[in-house]
Amino acid sequence: MRVPLSWLREYVDLPAEVGGREVATRLIAAGLEVELVERLGADLTGPLVVGQVLAIEELTEFKKPIRYCQVDVGEANGTGQPQNIVCGARNFAVGDKVVVVLPGAVLPGGFKISARKTYGHLSEGMICSTRELGVGDDHDGILVLPPEHEAGTDAIALLELLDEVLDIAVTTDRGYCLSMRGVAREAATAFGLPLRDPALLDVPAADGAGYPVRIEDEAACDRFVARTVTGVRPDARSPIWLQRRLQKSGLRPISLPVDITNYVMLELGQPLHAYDHSRLAGPIVVRRAAAGERLTTLDNVGRTLHGDDLVIADDRGPIGLAGVMGGAETEIADAPPVERSPLAPEGTTDIVIEAAHFDPVTVARAARRHRLGSEAARRFERGVDPQAAGAAAQRAVDLLVLLGGGTAGAGVTDLGTPAPPATVELRADHPDRVAGVAYGREVVVRRLQEVGCTVTGTDLLAVTAPSWRPDLTDPNDLAEEVLRLEGYEALPATLPRPPAGRGLTEGQRLRRRVGRALAGAGYVETLNYPFVGEKSWDGLGLPADDPRRQAVRLANPLSEEEPLLRTTLLPGLLDALRRNHGRGSQDLALFETGLVFRPTGRETAPVRPPVTRRPTDEEIAALDASLPPQPRRVAVVLAGAREPAGWWGSGRPAEWADAIEAARVVAREAGVELIVERDQHAPWHPGRCAALRVRLDGERRLVGHAGELHPRVVKALGLPERACAMELDLDVLQAAGGGPVAGPAISTFPVATQDVALVVDNAVPAAEVEAALRAGAGELLESVRLFDVFTGEQLGAGRKSLAYALRFRATDRTLTADEATAAREAAVATAISRTGATLRGA
Amino acid sequence: MSAPNKSYDPVEVEALKPHEIDEARDAALAAFAAAADLEALREAKIAHTGDRSPLALANREIGALPPQARAAAGKRVGQARGAVNKAFAARQAELETERDERVLVEEAVDVTLPYDRRPAGARHPLTTLSERIEDIFVAMGYEVAEGPELEAEWFNFDALNLDPDHPARSTHDTFFVADEQGSPDSGLVLRTHTSPVQVRSLLSRKPPVYVICPGRTYRTDELDATHTPVFGQVELLAVDEGLTMADLKGTLDHMVQSLFGAGMRTRLRPNYFPFTEPSAEMDMVCFRCRGESVGDPDRPCRTCSSEGWIELGGCGVVNPRVLVACGVDPERYSGFAFGFGIERLLMFRHGVTDMRDIIEGDVRFTRPFGSEI
Repeated sequence: MRVPLSWLREYVDLPAEVGGREVATRLIAAGLEVELVERLGADLTGPLVVGQVLAIEELTEFKKPIRYCQVDVGEANGTGQPQNIVCGARNFAVGDKVVVVLPGAVLPGGFKISARKTYGHLSEGMICSTRELGVGDDHDGILVLPPEHEAGTDAIALLELLDEVLDIAVTTDRGYCLSMRGVAREAATAFGLPLRDPALLDVPAADGAGYPVRIEDEAACDRFVARTVTGVRPDARSPIWLQRRLQKSGLRPISLPVDITNYVMLELGQPLHAYDHSRLAGPIVVRRAAAGERLTTLDNVGRTLHGDDLVIADDRGPIGLAGVMGGAETEIADAPPVERSPLAPEGTTDIVIEAAHFDPVTVARAARRHRLGSEAARRFERGVDPQAAGAAAQRAVDLLVLLGGGTAGAGVTDLGTPAPPATVELRADHPDRVAGVAYGREVVVRRLQEVGCTVTGTDLLAVTAPSWRPDLTDPNDLAEEVLRLEGYEALPATLPRPPAGRGLTEGQRLRRRVGRALAGAGYVETLNYPFVGEKSWDGLGLPADDPRRQAVRLANPLSEEEPLLRTTLLPGLLDALRRNHGRGSQDLALFETGLVFRPTGRETAPVRPPVTRRPTDEEIAALDASLPPQPRRVAVVLAGAREPAGWWGSGRPAEWADAIEAARVVAREAGVELIVERDQHAPWHPGRCAALRVRLDGERRLVGHAGELHPRVVKALGLPERACAMELDLDVLQAAGGGPVAGPAISTFPVATQDVALVVDNAVPAAEVEAALRAGAGELLESVRLFDVFTGEQLGAGRKSLAYALRFRATDRTLTADEATAAREAAVATAISRTGATLRGA
Repeated sequence: MSAPNKSYDPVEVEALKPHEIDEARDAALAAFAAAADLEALREAKIAHTGDRSPLALANREIGALPPQARAAAGKRVGQARGAVNKAFAARQAELETERDERVLVEEAVDVTLPYDRRPAGARHPLTTLSERIEDIFVAMGYEVAEGPELEAEWFNFDALNLDPDHPARSTHDTFFVADEQGSPDSGLVLRTHTSPVQVRSLLSRKPPVYVICPGRTYRTDELDATHTPVFGQVELLAVDEGLTMADLKGTLDHMVQSLFGAGMRTRLRPNYFPFTEPSAEMDMVCFRCRGESVGDPDRPCRTCSSEGWIELGGCGVVNPRVLVACGVDPERYSGFAFGFGIERLLMFRHGVTDMRDIIEGDVRFTRPFGSEI
């Protein structure tokens, strides 16, 4: 809502020295979102005067036709002589009144005017176009004024070029502030001044002699006022003041009847519609549309109506989408006639004014259904004062009579009885309790009265909201009115005392530890969008029946390419890897922690419990059963060098082992031992893929995979060569996590170290050999470490040698060499029997 | 050491002439002094104190002397050997110090060499900023509550007093899960705020409830310099007996002081949200200019555009209708809530000018933030 300050002053006697900024500050404090105070004419300096064109000499020797004019500017130039002005525009004639800017003036944009020679003549100023004056941007044509203004008159005042306009973003609960009347009420309260309510008009009662109207759906239309005006001059134009107010408010002047309906809507907040009486056929009917009915709206779009649309119709069918937009068929026709419709060859002289009140939801749905926002719909959606309809219609009639030379029709139609606003019971100290401030009953009652409420009672107040405040339905709504008018800035700052808390949950702490550990290991966190498409699965090489392809689909994705929600973190992470690589970062290690969405296909349709009570436990369970599982995952991707080459020597490329180690880093933070096993699983390299498992409730549970990506995936996704990845289910890891770590008892006796090299088939996993050594070595074993893997001809094809350092230590004595050797031999024996190993060199 | 010699050998006695012992001692001292390095010193030591050295031989002969001569000879030889050993130790220490100094100089390196052998990782600043805010409230006794990102409309809208016709419930603003026909009537949405977690918290706990709800949220904005369809939110909910708007104000003040330092304060401006009543927009004083750039064209502030205030988010007193939907008695309990987006907070706290830098996961953006913020 754009509010010209000059217009606002018509309803509130704001002190002259109060400017737009101060009004804005007060209105903001009262809860209106004033986004901008626009200063019109701030960069304009006169003289700018009305001139009358006395003579025009056409200059034809130039590329374009040029006019050399003599213009009477009265005494404004100090001489009383006509002003000689060269002009390139042609839409004016001798005798026309125009706006002349004289030398010395500065036009908007820092455009300084001086007398200068042009096209062979001295031009002493300029005849102004609408655009140069900032009063319109229709074309470059000259602004021709109505003839009644005298030459020499100050055009800055005449055109109201100096003003301030408050641009207010009206929230959905304050529909009444989509009017001058509503904003003026807030301004009056904010400054403690009286309000001249423009809706306080004498309105004649319905007399049964007005234009016939029938309301078929009284729930959707609870009031309909129709008035007629006859004999309006089709050539009557809106006066400058009216045009300027519309312009400043952001509306374009169109024709007198349309301008008046818009003006009254801006003033009172009541959307009006003007019908050409001669083009109405029979009574006006308010009804639901028949499905499939057609209506061409004023924007010249043909629309097929929905059975829920509320329409205004006459005998021939719909003539308007109620509360949203009128129809082209019954549109007011301008004069001289514009051939918009063959039905209106003449300008409109007889007008039917509609001022109705429609159900906000019905209007909102229709506007949404037809993707048709309008000033009227915006107001009806937010709530229009149903009691203002009569005054609004009267105001329009008055203006049509005054400005259009029409005659008010005798009959008045006024149907429907809007439900009166509900009365709310309010404890007088309720606002105090909401605010934490002792306002006292007197302040509460006064503030509510300023809002327009009727208040009775002492400790328990009965508060009836005014007709323009349908939002005031609950005690807290009323409390808010008191708080905002007393000022939010007056609220003290106090701190509540929550009960003693328990800190973060185990899961939250784990997530932080994992993040820190991965960052410590050189990984950079990314937070990727969860939007993916079938293409993502194809790129990862997922088989057609892979459960990861079973994804949640959005009805309105941002991109039709990515309508699905991720079932794995990898697509987003790999995108980030590729993006970084494309931007020149070669050595990359990224991680992400986040939810994935894994529908099971067994989700049920969600229930919709009422909101007037707590949902039952069954209803809550049913709601949760409608949601797909959303496990939390952690994943990493790597490419390039894990350690770059440098002056210290050569670097080391990131490889499959780094990805698996990242999983171990995570598992360590969870206090879980990771079981690593060979696997084949997309999108990993079939020979370089590990399945990661943990023990949970006595079972081995798969928690993820790690390794090098399949070369085909690398190629398909355009990734750097040998990119690696890991993904783990954090929820399962957390569940598998042991309790507190048992503190080890440290033996201070000497360690006995024994090395052993075992030769096994290539296919035997090192993890199995190590497990066998551990099992065989017994409790003297302190640690096992694989320090070399060797393959070579002397071992035979398909064999490898694994060299282990075994450390033995007792808790209560120094081990003898024999004891250590015996333990080693036991370890080796177990390894031999379990894995078919042979002792190297034996 | 040789055993006492009982059979005299008069010939050898000659070797114990005093001047010869002095000479042997002096020769040893001179040789040690002349040794240029530890190797030369070692050789000199062998030559002058080794088994075949004059002093060693002399020492060995002491036992062969007649008893009346032994004491004097022993004393003389002992003194000489003592002097030689002492001289050796001194010279050795000297030479070792020299060697150590030389080696340490030789081992000197260029300590200015760069060492990016293990490139640093980092956590995302949105994660760490969120944690920082969580910690402020955890310290006050709040719990951190979380919930699903894909949510039933009942939790995301209905329970929060957004009726089915509320404009936020349109496909213009909200991501809807497609039903089997592909239309947005499944009743499931990507949560548009973390408020459904507030609802879940009220349903799963008995008042008093003090929770902070951080998390990812979704709205159908295209990514540009100031918008992102996926963004982080932190919301707070307190429900207890006797909570007021003043408690909300104090809690907000405490938060901005914890994040930006002493003297920070907030401002509330009336606004409208369905889930709070009264509702307010919350601003905080600009942490950089502290409002001093307002009306001072010589000191423009880029952080707040010389407005003096920075818009944080929305807040208010929990609408009693929400309490009712969650089974909390509004006659007994009241509450307050607020919520804001952390991308914006990150942008002005750290001078980030383009939202896309936060979103796109470029390591050059994230690395400098390290592990904490």
